[in-house]
Amino acid sequence: MLSPYKFEIESLNAWFGSKHVLKNINMKIKEKAVTAVIGPSGCGKTTFIRCLNRMHEIVPGAKVSGRVLFNGINIYNEDADPVQIRRKMGMVFQKPNPFPMMSIYDNAAAGLKLNGIRDKEKLDSVVERSLKLAILWDEVRDDLNKSGASLSGGQQQRLCIARALAVEPEVMLMDEPCSALDPIATAKIETLIRMLAEDYTVVIVTHNMQQAARVSDFTAFLYLGELVEFGPTKEVFENPRSELTEKYITGEFG
Amino acid sequence: MTSYKIRKIKDRFMRILVWLALLMALIPLFSILGEVVLKGASSINLNFLTQPTPTVGEAGGGVANAIQGTLLAVGLASLIGVPIGLMSGIFLSEYSETKLSPAVRFFNDVLNGFPSIVIGIFGYTIIVLSIGFSVIAAAFALAIIMVPIVTRTTEEALKLVPATVREAAIALGVPRWKTIVSVVLSGAKKGIATGILLSLARIAGESAPVLVTMGYWRWWFAGLDKPVANLALNIYIFAISPFENWQALAWGSALILVLLILGISVIVRIFTREKY
Amino acid sequence: MKNFRKPPAFIHNLNAKVHKIFKKPLTGDYAFKLLTAAFASSIFLILGLMLYELTNGSQLSLQRFGIEFLIGTKWDPAISQVFGALPLILGTLVTSAIALLIGVPISLGIGLALSEYAPKRFGFAISFLVELLAAVPSVIYGLWGIFTLIPFLRNNVYAYLQGILGFIPLFSGPIYGGGVLTGGIILAIMIIPTVSAVSRDVFSAVPNTQREAMISLGATKWETAKNVISYARSGVIGAIILGLGRAVGETMAITMVIGNKFQLLPSSLFDAWYTMSAIIANEFTEATYGLYVSALIEVGLVLFFVALIINVLARLVVWRSLKLVRGIARE
Repeated sequence: MLSPYKFEIESLNAWFGSKHVLKNINMKIKEKAVTAVIGPSGCGKTTFIRCLNRMHEIVPGAKVSGRVLFNGINIYNEDADPVQIRRKMGMVFQKPNPFPMMSIYDNAAAGLKLNGIRDKEKLDSVVERSLKLAILWDEVRDDLNKSGASLSGGQQQRLCIARALAVEPEVMLMDEPCSALDPIATAKIETLIRMLAEDYTVVIVTHNMQQAARVSDFTAFLYLGELVEFGPTKEVFENPRSELTEKYITGEFG
Repeated sequence: MTSYKIRKIKDRFMRILVWLALLMALIPLFSILGEVVLKGASSINLNFLTQPTPTVGEAGGGVANAIQGTLLAVGLASLIGVPIGLMSGIFLSEYSETKLSPAVRFFNDVLNGFPSIVIGIFGYTIIVLSIGFSVIAAAFALAIIMVPIVTRTTEEALKLVPATVREAAIALGVPRWKTIVSVVLSGAKKGIATGILLSLARIAGESAPVLVTMGYWRWWFAGLDKPVANLALNIYIFAISPFENWQALAWGSALILVLLILGISVIVRIFTREKY
Repeated sequence: MKNFRKPPAFIHNLNAKVHKIFKKPLTGDYAFKLLTAAFASSIFLILGLMLYELTNGSQLSLQRFGIEFLIGTKWDPAISQVFGALPLILGTLVTSAIALLIGVPISLGIGLALSEYAPKRFGFAISFLVELLAAVPSVIYGLWGIFTLIPFLRNNVYAYLQGILGFIPLFSGPIYGGGVLTGGIILAIMIIPTVSAVSRDVFSAVPNTQREAMISLGATKWETAKNVISYARSGVIGAIILGLGRAVGETMAITMVIGNKFQLLPSSLFDAWYTMSAIIANEFTEATYGLYVSALIEVGLVLFFVALIINVLARLVVWRSLKLVRGIARE
């Protein structure tokens, strides 16, 4: 690893059909740090994060151009395999989506089983480790066989985080992970995110600016598909370079 | 081979299987339609369409009486089946809040897809035992097959009429029943009509219930208390017979029947395409 | 107001009479509701009367054979006038089982093709074609079965099948083209429209978030599809039960290809056999005396219960599964 940047995004453009959603994004995302992506609704922040693990293109009519270097290699190369790329990144979605027909244990182990790991001992230890990392272990350790859907919203989301962590990705992509949760659950997950930053590169999309300020090391502000400002969180919030950024942060719009 | 390579191969393999499954369904379809057209077309001529069924050993002949009979049976059946189905559909759609509704819907779904031969036996016990093998008995059985189909399609067509239409009528002071009869029904008339057409196409092809309520008849219409010729049943009788000219008649009849049924189905699909 | 007209006198009187019976005025609304409800209730009458008539018609046979009818293995209308339905029940079950074994995987594949693999514009055309299979009448399946399918299987398929698997008793024996396996095959084709349509519906109802979760874990398309099937599995079961219902009730196509041979067990899959519906179709018009007819009606009664149970089960399962899929999605 030569560069301290996990992602180097160059001239990234994205479309939904004819709608130009991301316009010429250039950004370098530091590894083992939390980068927040903020902006008003429709600014393209979800599209942006989904371009990082090539999830944007699965929607019919979606198009991407530009380069995204991950560990120095362009994931949009002609011969790159999206499946393998996604394997290296964990994703957590806005609405928790555990597999309801699987137990908590099987949910956490889902990614491992996909990769052919059958050894019970290995699975046990990874499941325990991931659930601990996701601050869920103590709450579910006696009920691992219950359905994944039987948990509360906040617990479900932590289960999804555990599921993503189980395959030991290098990156965690989180698309507004707390927006469907209550404040207590949110607080738990924010703590979790700060802990993850020690070992993982985290990119988090959020519409909650205070959350971005609390949780992230770097912040990117997107507006109407363009990257308006990007820098260390403290600077972006206290000393924004762009007037637009300042307006958004002080709540004048969005 | 890495586990990932195996997964990739499985993925590719299953993709092929999925498309193969589609092929497995389409091949019989094209074979059936193709054979019916190929083998049936040679039988179709003016004679075929205007002559009644020949007796055993007699050359020539046609399906004219069978067409007459089928139309008659289907027509009679709809006299019973359409009103019942229509009213039931209206009930299910407009009064779905009643406790009766779920039960009605449930049993309609149960009757839908019931073995038609059993319904035929029912027709036998009710009508044939008193009047004898007759077109009325056949029409009775066919009507019962129709009812669940018309009920469900009517209900679905009515449900598509937006609530705003009903509310506007009621706001004008029109009583609920009049709203339904004048406004809602006319809004749904295309859907209801296509549902009825589909049910007619379905019963035109039924032969099992016809077999046990009417039996084979090779003459023209001779009274409601007598059987009539039936296109679908004739196909069965002719197909299993050892006579080649009858077998040819079977294919010819099949072609007519297919044209009739598929013609209706295709027209209906084109009309309801806007739904998609 | 224009609508405020006094109803004529006889309506008043009628109203009063009805009021005594129904405790509600005979307004247009109530009358209409009553009318439609009455028509709708005919479904109960139909099913109830059907059950009654079938039972009634089976009386002679029920009294003569009792429960032995269901386990009886002799069907001799000519000499001893003994009737037993076990071989027929077995024939129906086995041919339906073969139909499911062949037809369900194909139908699931089509359901997946339509909901997961095919681009949307093809989907409509494909669904249309598969539905066309459902519009073909049973008797035309039978016609095609006799003159196209049977020769094809006899000349091109069964010989090879026997060549490879002939050491198993199921696949040994004389081949004439029709019989049990052919019956199962034709039934399989006939249940494909139903099972695939319901499968497609339940697969499409699976929320996209489930697919995205799998994809983000680095799953292949097939692995994602397996997850979809798993999520919708109760709906799939419902679809299978519906297919079973169709197969069990199928009459003309099967009687035209299965050979109509009454025997407890066929000697092989290529041997002829009989089903409940086939025997009714085949022998009903030739049943010349009361007990014979009654026996056939009793077979119909058995078929009634089999179809009733299957259809009720299917309804309950599909109902529940659609609620389940939508319910989970709401969380």
